[in-house]
Amino acid sequence: MFQIRIHGRGGQGVVTATEMLSVAAFEEGRHAQAFPSFGSERTGAPVVAFCRIDDKEIRLREPIMEPDALIIQDPTLLHQIDVFAGLKPDGYVLLNTHHTFETIGLGDFVKERDHKRLCTLPATQLGLKHVGRPIPNVPLIAGFAALSDMIQLESVIKAINEKFSGKVAEGNIAAATEAYALVKEQMKEHSHA
Amino acid sequence: MLKQTEGSKAVAEAIALCRPEVICAYPISPQTHIVEALGEMVKAGELTPCEFINVESEFAAMSVAIGSSAAGARSYTATASQGLLFMVEAVYNAAGLGLPIVMTVANRAIGAPINIWNDHSDSLSQRDSGWMQLFAETNQEAVDLHIQAFRLAEELSMPIMVCMDGFILTHAFERVDIPSQEQVDAYLPPFEPRQVLDPAEPISIGAMVGPEAFMEVKYLAHAKQMQALERIPQLADEFKQIFGRDSGGLIRTYHIEDAETVVIAMGSVLGTIKDVVDEMRAEGHKIGVLGIISFRPFPLELVRAALIKSRRFIVLEKSLAVGMGGIVATNVRMAVSGTGLKGFTAIAGLGGRAIPKSSLHKLFRQAEKEELEPVTFVDLDWDAVNKQLEREKQTRRSGPIAENILHDKGIVSAKFG
Amino acid sequence: MSFQPVKFYQTGTLTVGNRLLAQDERSVQANQMRSNSINSGHRACQGCGEALGARYAIDAAMAESNGQLIAANATGCLEVFSTPYPESSWQIPWIHSLFGNAPAVATGIAAAMKVKGRNDVRVVAQGGDGGTTDIGFGCLSGMFERNDDVLYICYDNEGYMNTGVQRSSATPPAARTATTMPVGPEPGNVFGQGKNVPEIAMAHNIPYVATATVADLRDLEYKVRKAMRMRGARYIQIFVPCPLGWGAASHDTIRLARLAKETGMFPVFEAEHGEVTSVLKIRNKVAIEEYLKPQKRFAHLFGKHAHPETVARLQAIADRNIRKYGLLAEGGN
Repeated sequence: MFQIRIHGRGGQGVVTATEMLSVAAFEEGRHAQAFPSFGSERTGAPVVAFCRIDDKEIRLREPIMEPDALIIQDPTLLHQIDVFAGLKPDGYVLLNTHHTFETIGLGDFVKERDHKRLCTLPATQLGLKHVGRPIPNVPLIAGFAALSDMIQLESVIKAINEKFSGKVAEGNIAAATEAYALVKEQMKEHSHA
Repeated sequence: MLKQTEGSKAVAEAIALCRPEVICAYPISPQTHIVEALGEMVKAGELTPCEFINVESEFAAMSVAIGSSAAGARSYTATASQGLLFMVEAVYNAAGLGLPIVMTVANRAIGAPINIWNDHSDSLSQRDSGWMQLFAETNQEAVDLHIQAFRLAEELSMPIMVCMDGFILTHAFERVDIPSQEQVDAYLPPFEPRQVLDPAEPISIGAMVGPEAFMEVKYLAHAKQMQALERIPQLADEFKQIFGRDSGGLIRTYHIEDAETVVIAMGSVLGTIKDVVDEMRAEGHKIGVLGIISFRPFPLELVRAALIKSRRFIVLEKSLAVGMGGIVATNVRMAVSGTGLKGFTAIAGLGGRAIPKSSLHKLFRQAEKEELEPVTFVDLDWDAVNKQLEREKQTRRSGPIAENILHDKGIVSAKFG
Repeated sequence: MSFQPVKFYQTGTLTVGNRLLAQDERSVQANQMRSNSINSGHRACQGCGEALGARYAIDAAMAESNGQLIAANATGCLEVFSTPYPESSWQIPWIHSLFGNAPAVATGIAAAMKVKGRNDVRVVAQGGDGGTTDIGFGCLSGMFERNDDVLYICYDNEGYMNTGVQRSSATPPAARTATTMPVGPEPGNVFGQGKNVPEIAMAHNIPYVATATVADLRDLEYKVRKAMRMRGARYIQIFVPCPLGWGAASHDTIRLARLAKETGMFPVFEAEHGEVTSVLKIRNKVAIEEYLKPQKRFAHLFGKHAHPETVARLQAIADRNIRKYGLLAEGGN
């Protein structure tokens, strides 16, 4: 079972991101479970949501305390809560920022981890560029697909088409495609490094 | 059709397939997504003929359902927590009048302190209301139980609550097989009321009943639930024939044949428990699971039969009979009275506290060794409790309890447990 | 052959023998084929205003709906005296659910009829003033606000009579009830702001609001029939004296209802979509004492420890109604 935890803020589409991830996994014939850290959170408040992916039925209902992957939609959360809590030593981290891990003060953190599992992505900019809104969730799940190879880009696109239609779907697909390519490129650099 | 969808959405689709004629909606988390989805279907003309009524309170929601059901319309509403308590007078009335209303309860804690998260206090508080109560383990089962509920309710002319864990199920995206309209139509015939308000054949419903007949009326409500004990497994069998899957029934067992220790629970936590039991079995522990689907009527004989070969049981429940212990546990103990079986009660998950596998591993191992107190409060923060008790001892004006506890624990806005 | 002119004043009460009227002007009750919706043998007290009002109102509603009528009833005297198990006085489909939910139950019935395409079947809800102005008020307002197709009839006897005469929000100031006893410096019910439900109903802008009394049963029938010709939420409040609760003689029920209207204490009017469209004028204005004195619930205002200033305050309420609704006929007294 693969467990993903997404941190963000109310209004950034955190819950939608896990739901779309679960749909993408479902499209590949796998079992998936997405659920929010249920709260009456307001816009801007820290929000956590979870997604599990497995090849068999998922029965577990506990929150994800030891994630295999973290997606952080808002780097300002790093100063507010322990987003890395429970992250497995070989866990994936995808951070929404146009900076590097080092420039935002995570140099020590990434030093001890496998670089092939860490990535930053300017997802908010991608959202603005392709959808006209600073919502980073779709680029991030596409970026996660590229980083982890847990799911295919086509499945993410299917999930987008299920959730959105028309221009919004087109924009999101463009954002996802560029995010996927950006992360793949970074990964290539890491493997050459 | 197999799809990855939200529990509430799936339930709304199942309700729509049951062709409800009147739906009463009043918002309360975590059931709101269900009636929202139904409202949209009615508005879009996808669910027709159906009247979707935005009422002014849960009391009105149940009252409108009483009126529409008595007038022969298949009637549905959904609620949770404070909402269920707000409609209690009408809840009892619907059962007393024998009206086959189906209601989803998205189980949620009851305040004060106000809390929107899951436990089973709300529907269990209505255990003696005359409503049947079926508990779903997964969203698939929530879908299936609603379809079975309409059939059972209308056959017996008694109301049913389908209980599904708030947020944990209602807000979870998972795989659900939504049946076809043909399947549901084959299973669920049109509503043929036993009593109906009809100008062609005027009857009075809801007369004052004195001591000379009241007990008989009440007994008949009990008798209906005894009939349900027979009908629920039969309806689950018929369901399997048409829909091709096991869903519903009175109880569900898991690795119980050779189990020395049996864990008993209701709802979605059964999934986590089964994962723990698998892990413990892999280590050689003889442990099994008994899931209770039908809490009302309570299947005393089946529970007894399921436990009789074991040595001990532990009831893990998301409810607390204050001043007593467990609610489900009390019912289970009734089932095993005279057997000499050792039983433990574990209160867990109140107000949405996570029930992690790690805590269950510890708990079940203690149960195996019979090292537990009769009533255990899983993951209770004794420091916080003792601090408050001490504060109350020290000073008369010790202040509001919940605020003191929050202050002591230094709760911050973001915890993902 | 010459006809004698009909003298409408002949009995002094507007009562006119039905045989003298054209067929369609005759009262519902005069018709042999009337529905007898509440048949005899029920257990209301002698002189019960509510039983009388309900009989006229529901028979009129039955006549107007061609017998296609369903009623929802709040808990209260009407419910208790009409359906002691296993008997029922109701000759129409009738349901009693709870004290505070009759409007919502009626909404449910109306919804069921709509979904089944039975537009011919009409729905009434009814309750006393406690069930209407107090405990059922939330459901009533919800039914009004949604403009559900229900005629709600409130039988107003100004208190909780079924439970033993306690104060409701419809109890007049100074009146004695079991919870507003005539003791202390300000005996009886408080002078509050009152809760004028007909006006609150009008504030919902519903199609029809009317008040009526059991002193003018033709007017009552007319208003019920008119309401039944309309769709949407409608409200009629009928003033029904309670001999038991008011400490009045059983034979004074009609007289007290008439005095309530003639003093101005109970304004009788109609309103459509929030605006008053007609008022029943006072024919012979009388002082408030005449209305108060036959009722033991006001006895403490008179006699040895009289409270003339309290009587004056009650007169002021009546006078205010007269001004507000224009209850005095032009050139009237």
